[in-house]
Amino acid sequence: MVGITFLIYIIIAIVARAGSTKEFYVAGGGVNPIANGMATAADWMSAASFLSMAGLIAFMGFSGGQYLMGWTGGYVLLALLLAPYLRKFGKFTVPDFIGERYYSKNARLVALICALFVSFTYVVGQMKGVGVAFARFLNVPFDTGVLIGIGIVFFYAVLGGMKGITYTQVAQFCVLIFAFTVPAIFISLQMTGNPIPQLGFGSKGTDGVYLLEKLNLLSKDLGFDSYTSIDRGNLVNMFFITGALMFGTAGLPHVIVRFFTVPRVKDARISAGWALLFIAILYTTAPAVAVFARTNIINTLSNKSYDEVPQWFTNWENTGLLSFEDKNNDGKIQYLADAQLNELTVDRDIIVLANPEIANLPPWVIGLVVAGGLAAALSTAAGLLLVISTSISHDLLKNYLRPDISEKGELYAARVAIAVAVVAAGLAGLNPPGFVAQVVALAFGLAASSFFPAIILGIFDKRMNRQGAMSGMIIGILFTASYIIYFKPQLGGPGLQENFWWGISPEGIGTLGMILNFGIALVVSRLTPPPPKEVVELTERIRTPRGAEAPTGQAH
Amino acid sequence: MNKNKNTYWKTNLKYLAILLAIWFTVSFLFGIVFAEYLNQFMLGGFPLGFWFAHQGSIYAFVILIFVYVYLMNKLDKKYDVDEL
Repeated sequence: MVGITFLIYIIIAIVARAGSTKEFYVAGGGVNPIANGMATAADWMSAASFLSMAGLIAFMGFSGGQYLMGWTGGYVLLALLLAPYLRKFGKFTVPDFIGERYYSKNARLVALICALFVSFTYVVGQMKGVGVAFARFLNVPFDTGVLIGIGIVFFYAVLGGMKGITYTQVAQFCVLIFAFTVPAIFISLQMTGNPIPQLGFGSKGTDGVYLLEKLNLLSKDLGFDSYTSIDRGNLVNMFFITGALMFGTAGLPHVIVRFFTVPRVKDARISAGWALLFIAILYTTAPAVAVFARTNIINTLSNKSYDEVPQWFTNWENTGLLSFEDKNNDGKIQYLADAQLNELTVDRDIIVLANPEIANLPPWVIGLVVAGGLAAALSTAAGLLLVISTSISHDLLKNYLRPDISEKGELYAARVAIAVAVVAAGLAGLNPPGFVAQVVALAFGLAASSFFPAIILGIFDKRMNRQGAMSGMIIGILFTASYIIYFKPQLGGPGLQENFWWGISPEGIGTLGMILNFGIALVVSRLTPPPPKEVVELTERIRTPRGAEAPTGQAH
Repeated sequence: MNKNKNTYWKTNLKYLAILLAIWFTVSFLFGIVFAEYLNQFMLGGFPLGFWFAHQGSIYAFVILIFVYVYLMNKLDKKYDVDEL
C-alpha cells in the first residue's frame, strides 16, 4: 500500500521536472487554484495534524479547540489580508517582499534568517515523524525509515522544485484525506448509525443516549473533567494560544509561498478558500475521531479484566505505547484521573493509528492510515525544504551576495541547496534534539510576532517605513524568543509555570509579541522619515488585481 | 481614476472589517470567551459553546473566505480593475 503511493510520487516527479528558476521556485506561476488548494492543504497538514492532533483532543476535551481553531483560522487571515496582495507583488519569496517594501538589504537579511530558522526547525520535526511512522509499521529501524524518507523527498524535490513538489502534494492530499476519513466513517457508522463523523459524534449512540452526554458522564465517573465543559482557569491561555497559532499560520513562509504559484490575484484568493475547505475536511473529522476513540477506550477497557483484553490492546502494549500496571492486584484495569490510583497509560499519538483496530476494521485500512501519515509528513517536509533552498539560492545568493549569477547558475544553486537541506534535515531528524515539539511552538510564535505584522503593515499602511518595520520585527522576535526560552526547561530556561504572565504559556506568547511589534512599528514609523515615493507607489499598486504579471525574480 | 481607486479600496476595507469581525466572534468569542454561557444551549447532541470551538467556527471560516471571494470579484468588475 505504502509502496504504491511512493511509486505515484516518483512518477509525478519525473513528469514535472523543473527547467527554469520560475518553475523551481513558483511552479511556473500556472498552478490551477483547486490543485493549489489541495497542495496547500497537504503542505499544511503535517504528521502532527494527521497522527497526533486527534489524540491531543481526545485527552484535552473542550480545550483541544485551541488547535482546531488555531490551525484553521489563520487561513481567513491569509485569504483576506495577505495572499492577493503578495501575488500582485509578483515575486518569489517573503524576504523578497520585505526587502523591497522596506527598501533595505538588512530587512531582507533579517527576514531571511527568520525564514530559515522557522522552516528548518519545522522540517526536522517532520523527518522525525517520517522515521517513526516507518519504524512502527514497516518494521524497519528508525534510522532506515528516516533515510528512505530523505531519499524520496530528495528525488522529487531536487528534480522538480516547486513544480514537482506541488503535484506530488496533490497526490499526497488525496491519500491522506482518504486515509483519515475512511476509518472515521466506519466507526461513526458502528457507534451511532450515522456515516458522517461530523454529525455522528453529536448524535445518539446505539444505546439511545447522546454520545457526548455519555462521554461526559463516563469521564466524570472516572474522576476526569467532563469532556465538553470549559476549563475556566485556562481561558486566557487558550485565547492567546489560539491567537498565536492563527497569526503564526498567516506568517509562515512555507504557507505564504504557496500563493505565489497561481496565475492571477483572484486565483490566490479562491485558492485559499479551496485550501481551507480541504483542510476543514480533516479538521472537522478529527474531533469526532477523538470522541469515538476516547469513548471506545473507556468502554472496552475500564474495569474490564486484564485477561480478556482485545487483540489490539496486546499489540499496542508490545510497542510500549500502552501500558497497564495492576496497582491494586484485582486483575482489572482501573482507568482513573487520580494519578496515584490510575493503572492504564495511553500514549496520545496512538489514537488515530489504533482507531481502525479498535473498530475491527480490516488490515488494509491500517496500511492506508500509515500511507496517509507518511503522505502528510513528506508533503510538509518538501514544502519546508523548498523554502529553505529558495532562501539560500534566491534571497541569499542572488539578491544579496552574487547579484550577477545567471539564471542557470541560480537554478543549479537552488538544486544544490535543496539537496543539502534534505540531507541536513535528515541528519538532524536522526538525532533530534529532544525538544523538537517545543521548537515548533517557537516557530509559530516567531512567525506571529515577526513576519505577520511586517507584511500586514507593508500592505495596509502606506506610511510604514523601514525603521518602523525593522524595530517592530526585532523587538517582536526578541521578546517572543526570550519568553519561550526562559519558560521552557527543555531549551535551558529556568522559569516556572506559576510565573507566566497572566497565565499565558510559551505557546501563546506570540500573540503578545505580535501586538508589541505592531505598536512599536507604528510609533517608530511616525517618528522617522516616510518611505520613498517609489515604495508608496508599489504599496498602492498591489492594492488592485489588474496587471498582475507572472512572478519574476527581477526587481520591478 | 484616482478617486475611483480610493473608493474601491475603502469598500475593500469595509468588507474586511465586517468579515474579520465575524471571524473573531465565532472563534474567540463564541468558542472561548462565551463558550461556557453558550454551553447551556444544545445543538442536537452538542453543547453550543463546545460546538463552536470544535466544529462551527471552522465551517464559518470556510464560508467567510468564499463570501470574500464573491464580493471582491464583483467589486473588481465594478471598478474595472479586474484581471483579463
